[in-house]
Amino acid sequence: MNSSNAFEVRGMNLHYGSFHALKNIHLDIPKNQITALIGPSGCGKSTFLRSLNRMNDLVEGCRIDGDIRMDGEDIYGKIDVNHLRKRVGMVFQKPNPFPMSIYDNVAYGPRTHGVKNKPQLDALVEKSLKDAAIWDEVKDRLKKSALGLSGGQQQRLCIARALAAQPEVILMDEPTSALDPISTSHIEELALTLKDQYTIIIVTHNMQQAARISDRTVFFLLGEVIESGETEQIFSSPRDKRTEDYITGRFG
Amino acid sequence: MEIVFLLAACMSIASVALICIFLFANGLPAMKEIGLDNFLLGRMWKPGADIYGIFPMIVGSVYVTGLALAMGVPVAILTAVYLAFFCPQKAYRVVKPAIELMAGIPSVVYGFFGIAVLVPLVRTISESVNGRGNSIFTAALLLAVMILPTVIGVIEPALRAVPRSYYEGALALGATHERSVFFAVMPAAKSGILAGIVLGLGRAMGETMAVIMVAGNQARMPKGVFQGIRTLTGNIVIEMGYATGLHREALIATGVVLFAFILIINMALTLIQRGEHR
Repeated sequence: MNSSNAFEVRGMNLHYGSFHALKNIHLDIPKNQITALIGPSGCGKSTFLRSLNRMNDLVEGCRIDGDIRMDGEDIYGKIDVNHLRKRVGMVFQKPNPFPMSIYDNVAYGPRTHGVKNKPQLDALVEKSLKDAAIWDEVKDRLKKSALGLSGGQQQRLCIARALAAQPEVILMDEPTSALDPISTSHIEELALTLKDQYTIIIVTHNMQQAARISDRTVFFLLGEVIESGETEQIFSSPRDKRTEDYITGRFG
Repeated sequence: MEIVFLLAACMSIASVALICIFLFANGLPAMKEIGLDNFLLGRMWKPGADIYGIFPMIVGSVYVTGLALAMGVPVAILTAVYLAFFCPQKAYRVVKPAIELMAGIPSVVYGFFGIAVLVPLVRTISESVNGRGNSIFTAALLLAVMILPTVIGVIEPALRAVPRSYYEGALALGATHERSVFFAVMPAAKSGILAGIVLGLGRAMGETMAVIMVAGNQARMPKGVFQGIRTLTGNIVIEMGYATGLHREALIATGVVLFAFILIINMALTLIQRGEHR
């Protein structure tokens, strides 16, 4: 295992019942970079993302073989799934703040992992909200319901909530698809600042977004990785015809 | 065609209205004659001497209902959580119909069960405190069982209606299945859970037959949970058969009080839920 990689995936296959959703995936995901997963709907990019924190375990009839290693450790081996999910945070497509106060939302992760000390919790909540660039907007209403925030704010709150669990990797599943352009640019800026401390893997339908923020891009089609590499290279001189067709908008 | 539906709807509204009119028309004069203070706060119920104080019955109803909720609601909530999030398919096909069946058992049958099983049981365990088998505790225990299907039946769908994104969100933060259910899904189902509890409250307060059979029915202030008590509903049923004149009207006035309780509970629920949605 190369220590500069957060994940190394070898010969991974995923089946939903009899449907072969991911086919023989080989992929390295480097640390402290933004990796964008692109491809048409149903190509398996979200499924791949969700197998990195084992959210697919919830899907009945989902079967995974092959090897997915995080820091050299087989995440489908004998590991604590909850600990894995603490290390690999996730931001969902639709903002999903819990129906409780802003503070309690952010404190959910730390409390789950045993932080009870109030000053420590306060500091962690504040730091996470600052890192998610939403502190100034919510600092006076921490005890108010998170559901009163706008969609864009809710998504940044969800990022803060993920950060507060102190993960190493953050998975983002089309985090801006439900947001307006201004909120989207907030989230993108945020992703760029966060990559110094975290490894970010983002699924996006938005080509420009992938080009703007990611260091590396992986193109999925019909359950296969067609091409992966530096974002610049993928967008300027794709090696595969299908990649070129997709990013120039000829299908998908 | 529409008129048929309208008529059907009017039927239920008309019944509520008629019940109201009947209750208040017959009950209020008695309250006036006895005096509202004497009636509601009087601690003596002696129809033979024309003394009608229903305070012991109010206390009885409140005690029995409160204790029944304290025992029944936690069980109901945990059962609903089990059904919605832990129960394997196979077990669900057995447990769910069993709970639904509970709702269909006539209350007099519950009463028999109470007399045959709970009364001797409670008598034995409360022997040291000179307790009776027919007591507040026995009635509450029986009611706790009786409200289960009602409360579970409301809470389980409320839990299932919580968007899955809350559950997944908690899980993705590294929370266990249990923690996700209890600290992310349950708070989201708060108003549904509350509705279930209030429905159970109404059911417990209104239950008559089973309670009469195990509560002892002494119309006096209780001195402990292992002593007998008479509830508002019990008071009406026990004496209505032979009551005449003011006595009869005092019983109807007891019904007014019961009705008022239920009305307040329902209004409180509506207010709470309205607050939730804001």
